[in-house]
Amino acid sequence: MTHSPDHDTPPLAAYVEGIGLLGPGFSSWAQGRQCLDGSVPYEAARCVLPSPMSLPSAERRRAGAVVKVSLAVGQEAVEASGLAARDLPSVFSSSSGDAVNCHEICSALASGDRLISPTRFHNSVHNASSGYWSISSGAMASSSVLCARDAGFAAGLLEALTQCAVEGTPVLLVVYDTEYPQPLHAKRQIPDTMGIAMILAPRRSERSLARIGLDGTAFLTPAAADTMADPALEALRQAIPVARALPLLGAIAKREARSIALAYLDPLQFTVEVAPC
Amino acid sequence: MDGHPLNPLWIPHFTATSAIGRGLAQTLDALRGRRGGLAPCTFDTVDLPTFVGEVPDVDSVRLPAQLAAFDCRNNRLAFLGLAQDGFTDAVDRAARKYGRRRVGIFLGTSTSGIYQTELAYRRRDAADGSLPADFAYATTHNTFSLADFVRQSLDLEGPATVISSACSSSAKVFASARRMMAAGLIDAAVVGGVDSLCLTTLYGFNSLGLMSSQACRPFDAARDGISIGEAAAFALLERAPAHLDADAVLLLGVGESSDAYHMSSPHQDGLGARIAMESALAMAQLDAADIDYINLHGTATPSNDVAETKAVTAVFGTGTPCSSTKGATGHTLGAAGGLEAVICALALRHAVMPGGMNTSQLDPLLPLNYLLESREQPVRRALSNSFGFGGTNCSLIFGRAG
Repeated sequence: MTHSPDHDTPPLAAYVEGIGLLGPGFSSWAQGRQCLDGSVPYEAARCVLPSPMSLPSAERRRAGAVVKVSLAVGQEAVEASGLAARDLPSVFSSSSGDAVNCHEICSALASGDRLISPTRFHNSVHNASSGYWSISSGAMASSSVLCARDAGFAAGLLEALTQCAVEGTPVLLVVYDTEYPQPLHAKRQIPDTMGIAMILAPRRSERSLARIGLDGTAFLTPAAADTMADPALEALRQAIPVARALPLLGAIAKREARSIALAYLDPLQFTVEVAPC
Repeated sequence: MDGHPLNPLWIPHFTATSAIGRGLAQTLDALRGRRGGLAPCTFDTVDLPTFVGEVPDVDSVRLPAQLAAFDCRNNRLAFLGLAQDGFTDAVDRAARKYGRRRVGIFLGTSTSGIYQTELAYRRRDAADGSLPADFAYATTHNTFSLADFVRQSLDLEGPATVISSACSSSAKVFASARRMMAAGLIDAAVVGGVDSLCLTTLYGFNSLGLMSSQACRPFDAARDGISIGEAAAFALLERAPAHLDADAVLLLGVGESSDAYHMSSPHQDGLGARIAMESALAMAQLDAADIDYINLHGTATPSNDVAETKAVTAVFGTGTPCSSTKGATGHTLGAAGGLEAVICALALRHAVMPGGMNTSQLDPLLPLNYLLESREQPVRRALSNSFGFGGTNCSLIFGRAG
């Protein structure tokens, strides 16, 4: 283990070197941070997904929402960090794979001929976004692909923080959720697509936005998860699993130093310490 | 990257249930006696000319009443697997020793309870297309359902996640658990994987032309694709104490990489696979010559076995005894890494190298020391490969304490 904690800091910590944000009313971190620090009112609006220009044209045409959102926020975070995407190990976390693709496969399997297209099948894997990220960026380092349903952000952050600290390397974290079409939507009511990416690094740089740390013996607490004061942002926090990260992004945007309880696995929440750089 | 030496982790308990047996005794017997579990597919209403490795009687498993919301084939198989070899009791002892919040859960699956959704889509309302009221998305279909179910079954409160990177899933759980233990966040971890038969994978692999019409024949000159299987495999990880019995099993190294090449085809020279094996050796501080046996990914598709052979020979040369046990169990997809980790642990503990099944004419273009018969021979260190769609690769090295 290469991590050697300072005496006056939590034992596990990383520096946020870049953030990517896309979602309802959020077009980028640059725009979103102004909503989160209160300088501009947040206005809910449908998430607009850009075409993933880093993919070859055939793959770009077939890219679903999971690939579009994850590549967009990943690229935004990497560009902000000044690091090279191809050198970064990554952590991807999502409450589901490509929901439209899943619906199409289940519909085909319930029909008479059961024909599935090969592309649909290989895009059905939960790690499709990680695979396309790797192909488009040339990154051959490790990629961990997680699902923790509604706890996806906290679970992904935990995986990325431990990888950053234990391996002593910067890590790309990408967390996203997309909406299911009907009839699955009635059973899983995620209203829109949203993604958040962060570059976490073991050492502070001139680009560092904030420091995130956790106490390795007390990070799981029964305390209630932090909420958002703005009703529209709080509605978003509750509506899309990845938006459970908004209290943390809000603290980074406001350059606050405080403890934040992120929604995790019932009955426990996940407490992190955030401080501006 | 995974270059740092690993403080070996102890695997005090492990278990596996697959088409070749419930629990360790049956699994070991089948491997020694070369009894395979593949048979012509009669699963559900599947009309494909293929063989599968089905676990008998999964349908008759009943979950405890308080966990009834989790009822689906995948969680039934998980429950069946947890009940073998005293595994649940071993986890309970670890939880009492360390505390329930200090035991993490890291489980791999590729399709979780998607079969439940496939069944629900056959029962959509004729008028409005809605799914039946009794279909429970969160506790069956959702990928996390497996870890949630096991967390509640074992009454644990530590960090929990599913790792879902196709066929490397339950190998990569060892990597995530190792990091969280090294960071000091947990003292023990339940790792493993569960994947079960469903129409998505059967018809999906069929659409890619990757399914054999007979029991799969890894590394055979006439190999023509995979046979899909299902399995539940679990292991308990703890930090290694100062003194261990000689036949205690340790996790010595983990290597992970990405191909950055193609979604469903391996890098043609096996470059990502090679990086994973080299990283695992570096972490274990071992040379290639220190590995006595390799459990190959060995899916039996023409291209996978070629790419893996190039990678293995680049790292190990052509002499290291190796085999794929997928001819016996089928390719258990997201459970394969966990199942084959347990097979390596059995090889180490019981001095057996399992011979590959169904293969009669080794492909002369694949110059490996591929075992066609099981060998009774001491194994001190074994390496297991798991690779998956999206170009995800993971290699694990296990060893005896003495």
